[in-house]
Formats: sequence, C-alpha cells, structure tokens
Amino acid sequence: MADIMTTPPAPEPAAAKPSPPGRYARFRDSDLLASFLSSKLTMVSAFISVAMILGALLATWIAPTNPFDPASVDLMNSLYPPRWVEGGDTRFLLGTDNQGRDLWSAILYGMRVSLIIGIVGVIIAATLGIGLGLLAGYLGGRVDALIMRVADIQLTFPAILIALVIDGVVRSVFQGLGREQTAFSVLVISIGLSFWVQYARTIRGSTMVEKNKDYVHAARLMGVPAWLIMIRHVLPNVIGPVLVILTINLALAIITEATLSFLGVGLPPTQPSLGTLIRIGNDFLFSGEWWIVAFPGLTLAIFVLAVNLLGDWLRDALNPKLR
Amino acid sequence: MLAFILRRLFQSALVLLCVGVIAFALFRLVGDPVNQIVSIDTPFEQRQQIRKDLGLDDPSIVQFGRYLVKAARFDFGISYQFRQPVSTLIGERMPATLELTFMAALLSLVVGIPMGVYTALRRGSFLSGVFMSVSLIGVSLPTFLIAILLRWIFSVHLGWLPSFGRGQVVNLGWWSTGLLTVSGIKALILPAITLGLFQMTLIMRLVRAEMLEVLRTDYIKFARARGLSDRAIHFGHALKNTLVPVITIAGLQLGSIIAFALITEYVFQWPGMGALFLGAVQNVDIPVMAAYLLLVSFIFVVVNLVVDILYAVVDPRLRANMQAA
Repeated sequence: MADIMTTPPAPEPAAAKPSPPGRYARFRDSDLLASFLSSKLTMVSAFISVAMILGALLATWIAPTNPFDPASVDLMNSLYPPRWVEGGDTRFLLGTDNQGRDLWSAILYGMRVSLIIGIVGVIIAATLGIGLGLLAGYLGGRVDALIMRVADIQLTFPAILIALVIDGVVRSVFQGLGREQTAFSVLVISIGLSFWVQYARTIRGSTMVEKNKDYVHAARLMGVPAWLIMIRHVLPNVIGPVLVILTINLALAIITEATLSFLGVGLPPTQPSLGTLIRIGNDFLFSGEWWIVAFPGLTLAIFVLAVNLLGDWLRDALNPKLR
Repeated sequence: MLAFILRRLFQSALVLLCVGVIAFALFRLVGDPVNQIVSIDTPFEQRQQIRKDLGLDDPSIVQFGRYLVKAARFDFGISYQFRQPVSTLIGERMPATLELTFMAALLSLVVGIPMGVYTALRRGSFLSGVFMSVSLIGVSLPTFLIAILLRWIFSVHLGWLPSFGRGQVVNLGWWSTGLLTVSGIKALILPAITLGLFQMTLIMRLVRAEMLEVLRTDYIKFARARGLSDRAIHFGHALKNTLVPVITIAGLQLGSIIAFALITEYVFQWPGMGALFLGAVQNVDIPVMAAYLLLVSFIFVVVNLVVDILYAVVDPRLRANMQAA
C-alpha cells in the first residue's frame, strides 16, 4: 500500500506481441505514419528537430568560422550586434560575443556539444536503467528490493539536484585534472546517473510479466544461462516503451546540461555548449548586448519544445488505449 | 493507520540514513583532512597527534556515528570557503529561501487552480487556448531561460522591478524578512514568478484533468438533475473533489520547488541556501554540500511523510484499503 502512495505507479507492462514481427512492425509503422501525417504540429516539430540536429551535425561545414579554434577568433571583433541592426558587421549574421566569436557559428557548434552530451548521457542512463531493470525484474527477491529501493530514494529528489550533487562529487574526485578535460565526462556521468530510474522501473515491470511466459520457461529448460535469457529473449520483448522515454529524456538531458553549464558547473567557456553561451550572454544583458543571450536561448527553447512535442506525440501514438 | 505511519517513518529514516552515508562519504573523497590543516614541514608525530585529536583514526563507522550525532544537533563543521560554522551560514540564508519558496508555492496555487477550473469549464474558448499554450511553454522552457526573459523584460526594458538581491530586509529576531518593505516585496516578485511558473502550469493541468474527469461522474449528473445551480455544482461538488490529488501533488512538488529555487536564486542573486550550495559545488566546499544535502533531504522526507499521512486522512477510501491490507 505504502509503495503505491509514495511512488507513481509503474507504467503498464508492454502488451505481448504474438503476431509475426514483420507484419506487425509494418502494421504499426503505417499506423504511426498515419497519425504522424494527421498532426501538423507534430510534423512541424519533427521538421524543426531534424533541421536543428542536421545543423548541429554539419556545423563544421555550415558554420562560417570555427569558434573552438583560437586562430579564427579576433578580440577586435567582439560585441558586434546582429547584421541587420545598426553597427552590425556583414561577416557576422547574429553578431559576436565578448571574445569576438561569431555567434551563429558558436550556436551551431554549441548545439552539437549540447546534443552529443544529451545523447551520450541518455544512452548511459538507458543502458544502466535497462540493465538494472532486467536484473531486478528477472531475478526478483533481494536484488529487486535493493535496486528498487535505491530507485525510490533517488526518485524523491529532482533530477537537477541529483545531477548537481553528482557533478560536485565527480569534480572532487577528478580534482587534480584540469576542468577542460573532465567537464565532458563529469556532465555525461551526472546526466547518466540522474535519469536511469525511469528506464529501470519500466523494464522491470514488463520483465516481471515476460519471465513467466512459456518461451522463457522453455529457454530455461534448455539450459540457457540466465544472462543470455535476459539479453536474448526478454530484452527484445520489453524494449518497446523505452523509445518514448528516450525521446522525452533527450529534451530533459539537454535542459539539464544547459542548466548545469549555465550555473557554471558544466562546460567551460573554451568549449561552449548552448548553456555556456547563455551564461556568457547573461552577463551582458544589462549593458545592452541582448543578442549574446537571446539567440542561444531561443535555439535551446525551440529545440526543447520541438523534441517535447515529438515525444508527446510518440507517447500517444504508441499507446493503444488512446487510439 | 498506526502501522502505516510506523512503516513510513521507518522508510523515511532509511532514506535519511542513506543520504547521511553519501554526505559522510563526500568527506572521504577529497583526501586527508589533516593535510589541509598542517603545513608541509609538520613532523609525522604532530600529524598523528592531530589525527588522534580529531578522531580520524577511529573506525569509519564510529566516525560516521559521530557525524550523524553532530548533524542532528545542527553542527555541520566549518565551511572551507568562508571559515565559518556551516550552521551559521545556512541559518542566515534559510529565511530568504523559505520566503521565496513559500511565495512561489502560494502563487502557483492561487493562480493555477482558477486557471485549471476555467480551462476545464470553458474548453473551447479563446482564453483557454491561451492558458494551455502558456502552460506548454511553462512546462518545456528551462527555469533559467524564464528567469532571464523576465529580467530582460521587467528590469532591463521596463525598469519596473529590481533584477537582483532581496531589497531592504527587516530583522525579526534571527529571521530576516523582505516582506515588510516595499523594496523587499518588489525584489521578491520576479524570482517568485520564475519559481512558481512551472508549478503553476503543473497544477493548472492537473486541476483541468481532474475537473474534466469529475464532471463526467454520475453524482454531478445527479446534481444537475436536482436543479442545482452551475455555481454550486462546479465549486461545491466538482472542485472539492478535485482538490485531494492537487494538494498531494502540490505537497510533493515542494521538493522540486526547493531544487529549482537553486537556479532562481542564482540568476537573481538571491541570498538563499541554494546559492550557497551552488558556490559550494563550484569550490568543492564539502561541509556546506553535505549539510545542504542533509537538510534538503530532511525537508523532503518530512514533507512526503506529512503528505502521505494527510492523504490517508483526507481520503476515506484509502483508509479502508489500509485496514483491509
């Protein structure tokens, strides 16, 4: 009883998929496609997400300058406003920051950094969560109790607080090393450790259902070792719902990274992410250089909103109850 | 009921113990504290003496016990950064954080509930659409962006409200309040809105969903059949029944308000506990980090416990379930 009240109910176990995978997959895809095409908002957000991801990935080719390369940055060019504003320079579409970096290039590269950290962080979280969820669901008993208790405790605290604490801890462990080298690992580890709980709970729930099915019993009778059953047989059947969590978590992870960088415990100004750019820009808000904070902020906001909308749509589209 | 409370108490104690272990482990990660006290040429014997005096050669479990006992008396040691007792530092900053979180929570309830009711009752109207879009933005925009945006509009452009600090504060004993001066209240507005916006949208969406659910039930139909006025149905019957889950969520959200207060405090340079903790993370000031961690988890645990018990008290169905179990 207490568990029900202290923690949100575990997500519904995934429905069994008895039909042959090929036809089922095709059926679901067509269904997904139909629901995708019927929602303009979803299409717009998908377009924006894809365009932004492409822009970030192709930053090296699209961006006029490389903001990471000190040779391309000239302090004499600092604090130019955007091109269309009076005093703007035609070389700098969105203006420059205090170090003379072209803001448009910095945003493209910053997007890339944010995206990579978000994706790697989410992959770590998902791997950890799926692994622990499988173990907890399949083995049950004490292992289950231990893992889920830790998950419960972690869930009481907001992810950003946990990420901050882990950040602090990892930083004190890495203290001797320079911040430049460790910032990336610190962020990725913090995000990975902050977001695993949701995966673990989802996977555990469906694993508990799957492990009593005949195919698992059969595999066990044939003497297949437990770890192989978990990975080869149970995992493919429980992985479905993780997709939705992945999308929504990507937005969350990017926000977390941006927040940590904004708070000054993330990436240093020499390898700026969107959060770092916003942090730099925030200092110039009062002296009238609004563009340094406005464009990175807008980029982050639009990207997060688009990914969120996409995640919402995916959740509804994959939920058979809402069809 | 008693068994339930006892079990929850036990769980809470376990959570606090775990956090205590983490807080204690933090000290171990940063190396030998003796090295931070002595100079390089201090002889070995003297180091051993200091180690012994500080109790650092006792078994870990004894040291841990000592740490917990001290923490229970609000003795968290000396901050590395400020060279002051951590409890003094936190005590100075606590009122600022509590005032901010309280105002934010109040704002989110006072604005969020009516907005939720309105959007549920007038589903197709233009204003509802506006509210829903605002709530979407409130949910998906990161707190620090909202803070920057508000500062930009209201402090830089319009110049109506101060962009940082607490304004003038009045000391009432050990509690310093900004609620009694005009500049204090002005300074509170932007941070409170920033902090409250996310909770507000959450509460609005929750109230809306619950209202829509309740309005479909049979007893509402029956109330209509009895010829009760819309007002009596909506507010006397429907709203009352939606408030139980709202109160629960609002209570549980207190935790995230505290966490997000950290970000708000940072942007608005609000002299609260969150800003203190952030400085501690940046400078690896372990005693402050550990103390903040313990304190915040203590608040969390107490709030969760109270909400759980209240929930059981308010909702008779749960009580029946509990007796059956």
